[in-house]
Amino acid sequence: MKALVCVKRVIDYNVKPRVKADGTGVDLANVKMSMNPFDEIAVEEAIRCKEKGVVTEIVAVSVGPQKAQETLRTALAMGADRAILVQTDDEVEPLAVAKIVKGIADEEQPGLIITGKQAIDDDSNQVGQMVAALLGRPQGTFANEVAVEGDAVVVKREVDGGLETVKLALPAVVTTDLRLNEPRYASLPNIMKAKSKPLSVKTPADYGVDTAPRLKTLKVGEPPVRVAGIKVADVDALVAKLKELGVA
Amino acid sequence: MTKVLVWVEHDNATVKDATLAVVTAAAQLGEVTALVAGSACDAAAAAAAQIEGVARVLKADDASLANALAENVAPLVASLMADYDAFLAPATTTGKNVAPRVAALLDVMQVSDILSVEGPKTFTRPIYAGNAIATVESADAKLVITVRGTAFAKANVTGGSASVEAVGGAADAGTSTFVGSEIAKSERPELTAAKIIVSGGRALKDAETFAATITPLADKLGAAIGASRAAVDAGYVPNDYQVGQTGKIVAPEVYIAVGISGAIQHLAGMKDSKTIIAINKDEDAPIFQVADLGLVGDLFTIVPELVGKLV
Ligand SMILES: Cc1cc2nc3c(=O)[nH]c(=O)nc-3n(C[C@H](O)[C@H](O)[C@H](O)COP(=O)(O)OP(=O)(O)OC[C@H]3O[C@@H](n4cnc5c(N)ncnc54)[C@H](O)[C@@H]3O)c2cc1C
Ligand SMILES: Nc1ncnc2c1ncn2[C@@H]1O[C@H](COP(=O)(O)O)[C@@H](O)[C@H]1O
Repeated sequence: MKALVCVKRVIDYNVKPRVKADGTGVDLANVKMSMNPFDEIAVEEAIRCKEKGVVTEIVAVSVGPQKAQETLRTALAMGADRAILVQTDDEVEPLAVAKIVKGIADEEQPGLIITGKQAIDDDSNQVGQMVAALLGRPQGTFANEVAVEGDAVVVKREVDGGLETVKLALPAVVTTDLRLNEPRYASLPNIMKAKSKPLSVKTPADYGVDTAPRLKTLKVGEPPVRVAGIKVADVDALVAKLKELGVA
Repeated sequence: MTKVLVWVEHDNATVKDATLAVVTAAAQLGEVTALVAGSACDAAAAAAAQIEGVARVLKADDASLANALAENVAPLVASLMADYDAFLAPATTTGKNVAPRVAALLDVMQVSDILSVEGPKTFTRPIYAGNAIATVESADAKLVITVRGTAFAKANVTGGSASVEAVGGAADAGTSTFVGSEIAKSERPELTAAKIIVSGGRALKDAETFAATITPLADKLGAAIGASRAAVDAGYVPNDYQVGQTGKIVAPEVYIAVGISGAIQHLAGMKDSKTIIAINKDEDAPIFQVADLGLVGDLFTIVPELVGKLV
């Protein structure tokens, strides 16, 4: 069975994003970019499925600018077998990403599609669910544990009240949560090897997908700022403040 | 008039709080119809009919809808949407699971996690862990939206007297089954509904130390307990305690962060709290930049002393 893994190039999670003065977006010039952390978990999970023998080939997919090749190379260095870059300089919304992934899935016929639960830039939390809908296949979102059992996959999901387990007929879509695994680092030899793994470049048009945005961004602004308050000297002062607040 | 279909989050008997903020957001768009999709869900439908601002309740009662499996629910919602202009769900794990699937079936780009309604098709939403707020306008014929619960007032649970209408059309897609759940029952207030939250971080060492340190304080204050990702990852507390960009979004009256550094991903989930109190031994910890009240010192002496001095 083939696994398709979606990886997005995003601002590194350690960087504090800055809003552009003209209100058009977030300043990404000269900012460190990395693979979306949830997608590292997705790649790792695919590799573990391959190590267990339930996956035979891992195809990593990214929709984005030419630089997203770096993100795909990282996935290849971790252990993906080949990569597809669907190249565009436009910002592509989750719905269009999902349509492109569906197009690739139609060609590749993966048994498992793994995405992150959320891209840490747009915070949409949509693509995996949309891919599943477009393919008419089941979804195991916010996965905490994934086990392929014959022609099904059992997914333990992180939900608001705790954990929930569902069983999905393959092919299925899984989206990763933080506790699913700890992604490995790519070793230097594997980074070298990744350079010669196949990476094909396509365009959204190859999959017949129109990436024109449905959501028009009118403005991007700063959130309300909180100002730092005061430091109290000791516990007694804290207790007094809690009493003032009416909570003690 | 804009017709809005609201996803009611429920356990077949009672309506979950998260629904109430969605009703408020929906009422700003148009006339509200509440959808109760479940199995043996009469009581939940009756409760939804009481919510102030709900004009009509649709009840879809079918065994296949018992556990809100997205594969079964989404096609039903998508078909009902023939008669509606907008579908609104809470930005809970259930809403986030179902709504994008509905959106894709309708060929609509979902607007996730809205903070405000600015116009018939215009909304604000947080991006980059809430470090930026985007104002977006939808060009789609229909709207699919998830609503951040802390951003809208809760509709009253009484005052409404909507009619309840049964709708059919539910079916088992046959691709997924619900196996079971591990949902902890707690006497404590729910994180997203609590007035006071005490949260612990990596500094709490292990599950026993976390419980021995944080629980007495939470008990004294009648507070819910939260945690940073680091505390959850290390197994001090279950995953549903996580507050943050990718965990729960909370905005209590008082949020007490104990041994939490204040990474942007954590702040994203709690910086709209009314009063933030931080206890941390590092006076330069970023949490102090958002805290109204800070106490610098060792939590293992401060917290027990605090517990002792609270009546
Ligand atoms: C994709 C992604 C998503 C994430 N989502 C979230 C999320 O939703 N929520 C979240 O919380 N994090 C999230 N994180 C993690 C986040 O980046 C931080 O790693 C995490 O919040 C740190 O947790 P912490 O503050 O408990 O630990 P640390 O950063 O290690 O801080 C521990 C603090 O305790 C203090 N301390 C230590 N000992 C004592 C003592 N005895 N007394 C008093 N103070 C003490 C230290 O000074 C320090 O400030 C995410 C990260 C990624 C990459
Ligand atoms: N441009 C993209 N290229 C590849 N994968 C993507 C892209 N955008 C989103 N994804 C995948 O979809 C997941 C959820 O993203 P989102 O719905 O945008 O929050 C991410 O974690 C990725 O796995």
